[in-house]
Amino acid sequence: MQRVGVFVCWCGSNIAGTVDVEAVSEALKSEPGVVFSTNYQYMCSQAGQDMIKQAVKEHNLTGIVVCSCSPRMHEATFRKTAAAAGLNPYMVEIANIREQCSWVHKDMLTGTEKAIILGKAAIAKVNLNAPLIPGESPVTKRALVIGGGIAGIQTALDIADAGFPVDIVEKKPTIGGKMAQLDKTFPTLDCAACILTPKMVDVAQNEKIRIFSYSEVTEVSGFVGNFEVTIKKNARYVKEDICTGCGACVEKCPMKRIPNEFNLGMDNRPAIYIPFAQAVPKVATIDPNACNMLKNGKCGVCSKVCAAGAIDYTQKDEYINEKYGAIVVATGFNPISMDKFDEFAYNQSKDVITSLEFERLTNAAGPSAGKLLRPSDGKHPHTIVFVQCVGSRCESCAEKGKEYCSKICCMYTAKHAMLTRDKYPDTEVYVFYIDVRTPGKNFDEFYRRAVEEYGVKYIKGMVGKVVPEGDKLKVQASDLIANKQLHIDADLVVLAAAIEPDKSARPLATMLTASMDTNDFFTEAHPKLRPVESPTAGVFLSGACQGPKDIPETVSQAGAAASKVIGLLAKDKLTGNPCVANSNELMCNGCSSCANVCPYGAITYEDKEFRMPDRTTKIRRVASVNPAVCQGCGACTVACPSGAMDLKGFANLQIMAEVDAICK
Amino acid sequence: MHNNKYLQEEIIRISGVNPSKCMRCGKCSATCPAYDEMEYHPHQFVNMVECGDIEPLLNSKSLYKCLSCFACIDRCPRGVQPAKVVEAVRLTAIRKQGANHLTADMVPEIVDEDTPQQLLVSAFRKYTK
Repeated sequence: MQRVGVFVCWCGSNIAGTVDVEAVSEALKSEPGVVFSTNYQYMCSQAGQDMIKQAVKEHNLTGIVVCSCSPRMHEATFRKTAAAAGLNPYMVEIANIREQCSWVHKDMLTGTEKAIILGKAAIAKVNLNAPLIPGESPVTKRALVIGGGIAGIQTALDIADAGFPVDIVEKKPTIGGKMAQLDKTFPTLDCAACILTPKMVDVAQNEKIRIFSYSEVTEVSGFVGNFEVTIKKNARYVKEDICTGCGACVEKCPMKRIPNEFNLGMDNRPAIYIPFAQAVPKVATIDPNACNMLKNGKCGVCSKVCAAGAIDYTQKDEYINEKYGAIVVATGFNPISMDKFDEFAYNQSKDVITSLEFERLTNAAGPSAGKLLRPSDGKHPHTIVFVQCVGSRCESCAEKGKEYCSKICCMYTAKHAMLTRDKYPDTEVYVFYIDVRTPGKNFDEFYRRAVEEYGVKYIKGMVGKVVPEGDKLKVQASDLIANKQLHIDADLVVLAAAIEPDKSARPLATMLTASMDTNDFFTEAHPKLRPVESPTAGVFLSGACQGPKDIPETVSQAGAAASKVIGLLAKDKLTGNPCVANSNELMCNGCSSCANVCPYGAITYEDKEFRMPDRTTKIRRVASVNPAVCQGCGACTVACPSGAMDLKGFANLQIMAEVDAICK
Repeated sequence: MHNNKYLQEEIIRISGVNPSKCMRCGKCSATCPAYDEMEYHPHQFVNMVECGDIEPLLNSKSLYKCLSCFACIDRCPRGVQPAKVVEAVRLTAIRKQGANHLTADMVPEIVDEDTPQQLLVSAFRKYTK
């Protein structure tokens, strides 16, 4: 029989406000095995932990039940306490009487009753607990970064700086991401390319970093420290190691009218292309949907003009298998589609553009070589209307927009407005806003400068509709402060479109078994205290894949993710989770049900000799679990028809004892 | 400001709208074709109902300027449905003046052969308690 100690936590008033903690500790005193029961204001505090250690010594405890917050919060804390008191850490059970009890109940009587029941269940379980010893697994000292935008670049550079090899997988032909498309960056107005391209070159030159561009991750297996990843390197029909990026093929390619993704379709590129001058790797790529040679077998101009002989029309997709110790997700964001916002006439007029398109229009490497000209007629716009929160902060129209604030729009719109007034003082600039949100270093000062020094007209109120009429855009909007409806004849309307996670994020999350929120942003392990880790061990988050972020924030998060990766890769061995499955060979009938459901491939079969009661021997096929690969999900225990498979620490008997205690 | 709790609750009940969902973006007013005719604009209807400032709305001609085109409902990013608030205030005004505004004997006077039957049905619904 165990000697169980029960410790009921008040959690200040978090628990004690709705649960009579005194009554709980009193009621649990008489449960089987319990030799000591008490309550305290903060069990997780040093004093609370000392109280547990003291009780273990005084009462010779063999098991501990802490009635407190979720085990996700403090199970590790109390296991350490038990270990310090000389107990096996797996002799600790947590009864969650906060998240699952005091926080969801309002009534003291029901709350107390439920807390007692939860306590009884935990006691019933701990009575059947056995000491467990965790195994160890090695760590592959290589990291994978998925996404080559500023987030992925910074993470890779920081990991490589610590001496560990890193691979970047980028689905586009070049790294650089969204930042490479920007013109200037707020609030200091440095040119985006000037601060980004040196980093891209650093990545290319770093011996520790490999870039898989025009590639994607197609399969992930394994677990923290030991991931096995399949990377699909899409055929670019150009030999990467031979191409010098001279651009002769790009110049001579006859298929010149393919919409240029890099300029958001505002100009054209040839079928063979290099996205932009500073691309890394600076290697041409053939678009197989546009190339006449690949589609019809006619042309071949690029291979004729290529002095290096880098063109290879027979190139096939290549699959690369590599092992990694840690994976960083840096899949980034995209502006949402404006198709559903008919009121802004985005699909009716070329002169209604998104803010990212505006970035390209003002970028010296953009379609108009940096001159701000209307896409429709190439004339200089004299009146520009900026509309904020297009698709952000939408509640009703979830299918149309997003419920969250996209965070970066207020600042980039202030930047666009300021730069326009600076370069073209003859231009009237209106910004329609609902709220101006500028919580960042030097952000509000920046916005105020746009208003006070550059004369940008900020109007509180939303634009109701935009109607193209002749070569003007009739903008109807309300000025809520003047209580007036405004009619503006604009030349250009710029929509601050909401941002959403990249579409590749969801299938990737499934591969990684990493969790996401309803908006497809990756969920962090703890919103405040573990912001760059996914709840899935060994998977880390960098940049806008976790939530809308500007560049300074992205870079700090990228560095933080890198430091977490370095902390993991610096270890030679990882202590595993001892709560793994194991099979009772005497009961196993070798049916393979468990192996079929195991998501980690942890179960294998072996033929084993068994001594029969009549002293003969018999060879039987039985399951065997690799404890280093098993993640303790428990799927096999449910699938096993004969009850041979069991999970250590969560044995069928223990679970049934808990259920019995609750139903008693 | 005058706070009429009873009327406020009544209007919220009739319209089924929760005015506190409004984030004051003014898109309803920005999109309203009858804006210039109105003393109180759609966003003000929502705001004044939220504050319980109902009397000025009841006495305002703005009530009858709303075309019920529902552009504000279509474009409101928060799903507040301002046109339903206007309609609820309108109904409150009509009901408040007491008695039925349309009885069966009045029908022959106003009806001609072009009057759609549906008009009569909705008129009865609206003007008869």
